[in-house]
Formats: sequence, C-alpha cells, structure tokens
Amino acid sequence: MTVPKLSYTRALNLALAAEMERDPAVFVLGEDVRHALTNVTVGLYDRHGPDRIVETPLSEQAVTDFATGAAMAGMRPVIEYQIPFMLMLVFEQIVNQANKFALMSGGQARVPVTYLLPAAGWRAGWGAQHSDEPYSLFAHYGVKTVVPATPADAYGLFVSAIRDDDPVVLFAPIGSQQVREDLAPDRLAPVPLGTARIHREGRDVTVVAIGHLVYDALAVAGELEDQVSIEVFDPRTLYPFDWDALAASLAKTGRLVVTDDSNRTCGMAAEILATATEEMHLVAPPRRITRPDGAVLGAVPELDLALQPSRRQLTETVVKVIKSG
Amino acid sequence: MTIPVGREGTPPRPETFYRTMRLIRRFEQRAMDLVRSGDIVSGIHPCIGQEAVAAGTGAALRPGDVMLANHRGHGQLLAKGCDPARLLAEMAGRTTGVAHARGGSFHPSDFSVGVLGSTGTVGHGAPLAAGAAWALARSGGDRVAVSVFGDGAINQGALLESFNLAALWRVPAIFICENNLYATTLPIEGNVAGTVTGRAEAFGIPAESVDGMDPDLVHAAVSRGVARARDGQGPTFLEFRTYRFEGHHTFETKTRLRYRDPDEVARWQTRDPLVLQAGRIPGEVREQIDAEIETVIEDAVRAALDGPKPDPADASAYLYTSGVRTRPGVAVRPEERAV
Repeated sequence: MTVPKLSYTRALNLALAAEMERDPAVFVLGEDVRHALTNVTVGLYDRHGPDRIVETPLSEQAVTDFATGAAMAGMRPVIEYQIPFMLMLVFEQIVNQANKFALMSGGQARVPVTYLLPAAGWRAGWGAQHSDEPYSLFAHYGVKTVVPATPADAYGLFVSAIRDDDPVVLFAPIGSQQVREDLAPDRLAPVPLGTARIHREGRDVTVVAIGHLVYDALAVAGELEDQVSIEVFDPRTLYPFDWDALAASLAKTGRLVVTDDSNRTCGMAAEILATATEEMHLVAPPRRITRPDGAVLGAVPELDLALQPSRRQLTETVVKVIKSG
Repeated sequence: MTIPVGREGTPPRPETFYRTMRLIRRFEQRAMDLVRSGDIVSGIHPCIGQEAVAAGTGAALRPGDVMLANHRGHGQLLAKGCDPARLLAEMAGRTTGVAHARGGSFHPSDFSVGVLGSTGTVGHGAPLAAGAAWALARSGGDRVAVSVFGDGAINQGALLESFNLAALWRVPAIFICENNLYATTLPIEGNVAGTVTGRAEAFGIPAESVDGMDPDLVHAAVSRGVARARDGQGPTFLEFRTYRFEGHHTFETKTRLRYRDPDEVARWQTRDPLVLQAGRIPGEVREQIDAEIETVIEDAVRAALDGPKPDPADASAYLYTSGVRTRPGVAVRPEERAV
C-alpha cells in the first residue's frame, strides 16, 4: 500500500518511531519533545513515556554532552534542536567531544548520537538569529552531515543516521518541508550515508544542489530543457561526500554549477568546486551560487530573499557555464 | 597490577591505600623523568600531592562503575585499576598504550576499568558522567558514574547545567571536585564567588567539603555518595581540599611563573598524604611496599618504552567507528592514480 502524500516531517516522525520500536537503546532528548512542538516526536511520548522521550531544560551544552556520555555507556541518543544556531552553541560538544572520542580512545569509545535540526535555514521574518544553515562547518570538521531534500530521503537518512555508530548531524531544510510525496512502502527504507542521488539525468551540465535547492535545480532543468540538458545531483550527505558519483557525473557533462545555501567563504560549494577543479574532468570553469560573504538574514523577507540562492541566479549561471566552454 | 579493594563501605587496609598512593607518586615522578628525557613529548599535569583523593575514590568504586577523569588524571586512572605500563605507554606515544597512543597524557581512557575518557575542555566530564550515569541506571543494576574535575571547572556553564540535569533526573553520579586552590595560575579567591559546595546545593544536591589529604576521609565521603547513588537517591557533590605540589604542567619547570607563595607550598607539603599514610603502617611493611612499587614502576617504564610507535600511515585510524576513509591532504587526479 502506498503511503499517500507523505510530508517531510511525517517521514522524520515515521523513521524515529520505527527505530524506537526496533532498538530499545534509541531515545530522544530535546525541548518540547513531549508535546512534539516540531511534529517530529508526534505520538512517541504516549507510546514510550518520559524515559525515552526525555524533555530537557534549556541547557543545550550539558544535554549534548549528556548524550555523548549516554552513548559511550551503550545508548543511542537522538537530540532535537529547534533553532539552527543551537548547533553553534553546542559546536564544542559535538565537534570537540562527541566526534573526537573514537579517535582519542583508540577505538574504545562508540558515540552513536544523532543531532536533528528539523528547521534548518531561513523562515520569513524570524530574524538574524534563527536563519542560518551551518552544515558546512560540520563537514569542515569531519562530522557526518546529511541534508535530505525529500521525504523519502528524510526517512532513509534519519534511519541510517540513528543506526550509524558515529555522531551524525541531520539538517532538515525548512524549504523542503512543504514537500509531500506519494511513496510505495519499499521507498521507506534506509538510505546509506555517503551516497548521492541523481534526481534527473543530463548530458551538458551537472547542477549540484543541496537540500531544498534541489527543487530549484529541478525547476530550472525543466525550464531550460529545450536548450540544455541538466543533470540534477543531490549529494544528500555532505560528509562523507560521494565524490565518486560526482566524478562520474562530470565525466559525462564536464561542466559544474553548485547551488548552496551557505555563506560564500569556506562554504560547502567552495569545497565541491575545489575538488572538481583539482581532481575531475571539466571543460569549462565551474561556478557556484551561495549566500553572500558573511550574510546575515534579518527580519524583512525582501532583504532576506536577496541574500539566498535564487532560481534566476541558477538559470543565468547555467547559461554562462554552457557558453564558457 | 590489580589494586585490592576492600569490602564496599569499609575502608581498605591502611597498607592498601599506601600502596595505591605510592604507586601514583612514583608513577608521576618517573613520568616527569621521562618528560625531561624527551620520551613523553607532551609534558604532563602531575597530580603529586593529590594522591589521597584518587586512592580514596578508586577504592570506593567497583570495577563496573565508570569514571570521567580530567587532565590531571593519571592518579585517577591508576586508582581505578589501570595498568601502569599501559598508561605510561600511552603517555610515551606507544601503540601498546591504553588508547593506542591516540589519547596521550591529556586524554587517556581505559574502558577495561571503566574510565571512559579525560576531556580537555575543563568541566565537561560532568555532563558526560551524568549521561553515562543515566544510561547505567536505564540498563538496570546499580552501577554509578563518577566525574573528577578541579576547582577550575566549577564555573563552567555545562558543568552547572549538568548538576541541574543530574538532580532533576536523579542520576547515579558522584561529582568530585579536587580543589587544589589554583586554576592553572588563578587562585581560588579570584575564581569562586560564594562557595564551591554552594553550587551543588543550589540544585538540591547533597554536598560535602572534605579534607582531601587523608584517603580515609576521602574514601568515607565517596562511599556515602556511592551508597546514595546505588540506592537511587541521585547525585552527590564532594569537594576535596587538596594541593598540587608541582606546577600545573611540567612546562612550569622551564618558565618562571610565580603565582604561589613558596611558604604556602611548603606549608602544604607538611601535609603530604603519602607521609600521613606511611605513618599508619609498620616500617617494614612500608619498605616492602616501596620495593614492590619500584619493581612495578621500573617494569612499566621498560615495557612502555619497548612498545612500538604508531605508523604515520595510520594517523587517521580510529577516526570513525564505522570505518569511513577520509581523503588525504593532497589531491590525486585519476590519471595519477593509474601510475
């Protein structure tokens, strides 16, 4: 039986519910999780109670370390953060504690914690401190980082993140959350970390689109299909990145455009361009669309939209790359 | 070497404490020799002077209890049962070390005796221990978790947050503050408003301030905390007043930091816990233990330095539990790969 019109958030909820049934070591820490403020934990408090849907005070740093300690003692915690920059508040706890214990212990410690950000990126009018999407920073530090674009991938990557024996950060872009999919049950399946997905095959140019920007890429590919054949490449996992799949795509197209909702300096797009330039087949200089350097999105949608990668920029950039070689 | 532990709640025999403390003292002294000889490149944070806290704590715990140590943690590990040869090998960067030379002197761990790690961010062992304690309670049984930290940790936000979590959720944790009066060079007067124990009391956690130079007193206090934790009554906070006889780190032997009054150091040295404990056992027993410890330590030094150094090709080993292979720092193009 097909799951009709599965929403992105419901996919996260189904993944978490399934993993909690499957593995008693899985439990949730977070703020307002009992009442499922973000909808990810809907129904799970009633099913599993306060020992597995653990409502926390507003103490993100201690809670994040607490999860590391619980993980090292055999549990498999999932922490939910409501706001993107909470991940900066706990950057030390994730990068310097959780992610380093495997190495620091010479392989004795296992830290299977999933950090779920169910509202990554910009929301109209929510101001400068609620609108970031800091996935590039985690990729930079080698923390496993996934950014599912679709409900099916949200399900599959969340399941894989929970089952993974290392810390994994999952960014669920706000821009993806209006998307619904009719899914056959076999599509509700784990998606291996580190595997890209080609949403649309093409011959002329590879557009790497991260998270919700996949939908822009698909729209532009449709609009331009009479002029140019675009391959829409969704990395899904930013770290470890599926470089083999990108190399295979570029071997075919030889041209690369990346659209990435990060700030420009040291953003994920910079790494993708650098790697493609150093190691892969290109017949034209690659280009990227990002937020501007040091962008601060604020409270006025007109201003904020001017700072985010747009469909128009993508169209123009694809045309430029095609003309340049 | 296994360190005999007395029946729970009753103090071990005096010679047992002496043996543990003598082991820690000689271990640290020999480690400082190895710092001078260049065999331990990191230098160390010696715990000389604080041995009674480690010995009293270790003896109050069972092998299955877990501990988060801190950067001055060699004594804590040894008292929890860690093999001195493997700890020394870790500090000397040998693959025979407890963490295959990936933790070093600063971050050693030994899961075989329940030491889950030693964090570099001061104070963060407390929330880690709270989480571990919660997990132990969830898994049934009556195991407890201990976090050991210094007075420098006592104002860290995450540590104070973790007191709240531990008290709210009644986790079986014992928070142990080794108050040696200095956070590196910062004296306690410039560090702590109010009192050390007041921080725990604010969260409703029973707290005691105890003389940390006497292993009997340490053992009794930790045992009270452990008993509460095993009984499901939640966390305990213990401040042990102690003193480090050496610098914060061995680099102080090369610098001319003068943040402690020499008279103060001399005054505390008259309270040397090892001398105190030596006075509690017959002279011939002490001599016998001293000789035994010399053998243990010299065997440990020899075994540690005989161990192999890691292969630079393995520099990223253990980075991921799931075995992800990372890209090297230099790019290789496909045509170069073929050559």
